[in-house]
Amino acid sequence: MNVSVLQFPGTNCEYDTQYAFEKLGCTVSIIWHKETSLPSNTDLLVIPGGFSYGDYLRSGAIARFASIMDAVQEYASKGGKILGICNGFQILLEAGLLPGAMKRNDKLHFISKIVPLKVVSNNNTFLQKLDVNEIVKIPVAHHDGNYYIDDAGLEDLIKNEQILLRYCDENSQEFNLNGAVSNIAGICNKEKNIFALMPHPERALEEILGSLDGLKMLEGFLNK
Amino acid sequence: MKAIVNIGLKKGVLDDQGKATHHALDTLGFKDIVKDVRIGKQIIMELNASNEDDAKVEVTNMCEKLLANTVIEDYSIQIIG
Repeated sequence: MNVSVLQFPGTNCEYDTQYAFEKLGCTVSIIWHKETSLPSNTDLLVIPGGFSYGDYLRSGAIARFASIMDAVQEYASKGGKILGICNGFQILLEAGLLPGAMKRNDKLHFISKIVPLKVVSNNNTFLQKLDVNEIVKIPVAHHDGNYYIDDAGLEDLIKNEQILLRYCDENSQEFNLNGAVSNIAGICNKEKNIFALMPHPERALEEILGSLDGLKMLEGFLNK
Repeated sequence: MKAIVNIGLKKGVLDDQGKATHHALDTLGFKDIVKDVRIGKQIIMELNASNEDDAKVEVTNMCEKLLANTVIEDYSIQIIG
């Protein structure tokens, strides 16, 4: 499988993401934001974590106008699979490829720790290898992860099984980590080809670093 | 010509920074006088424009496209000739 990983000034998770997908046997290309096209054999496009353009104005607001983003919009409209992680989630929201918006965490802290997540829907490519209500432990590291969507938008997400993951506490009970509406940690679009989450599955690949669960998540993309 | 754009969270979207600052002001002894605190940002631009109406149209376009995220934010524009 061929994975393309976008790189903006300030992106800092592109090589971790490359490592993760190479570990799964994929061929990974890093694509600089000034490019105007994606490799034509791209099976999965990842917008990785980091602080593109220093989070100036709003997280993801400036990256969405990078040269490569026209190609991303076109790829998305043709049903191409996209995964946004952390800053990638913020960029997809700013680009209008996913509904809602990201606010500063409610307690205003930068949160960096391993967090249990509950699988809400596995009726999609990304989480197909996991069970509904299964708990995965994945690190978060963000300042702007307070997901906002209005009530009508939330109803749509629930109705269309677009909520992928919710934050939990150590006892696997749902928990509001950062102010996010409905404890949402990850969503997808209605067509289920664009996925995004605030936690970093690419940082959960080694037992010695606290969790292997990231592999289980990313593996979903290997099944076509 | 100059444009001053004020951007803030919409009514109904919880302003956590405003809330935290309000709480700090309360603690500092301003509890009786402060009713509400909202935090936003201000963008000041020098414009190359001859006509205020045209300038406002262009700046509105900028707000819709980039300067504000209208899912959660409102904006107001002041043009100073």
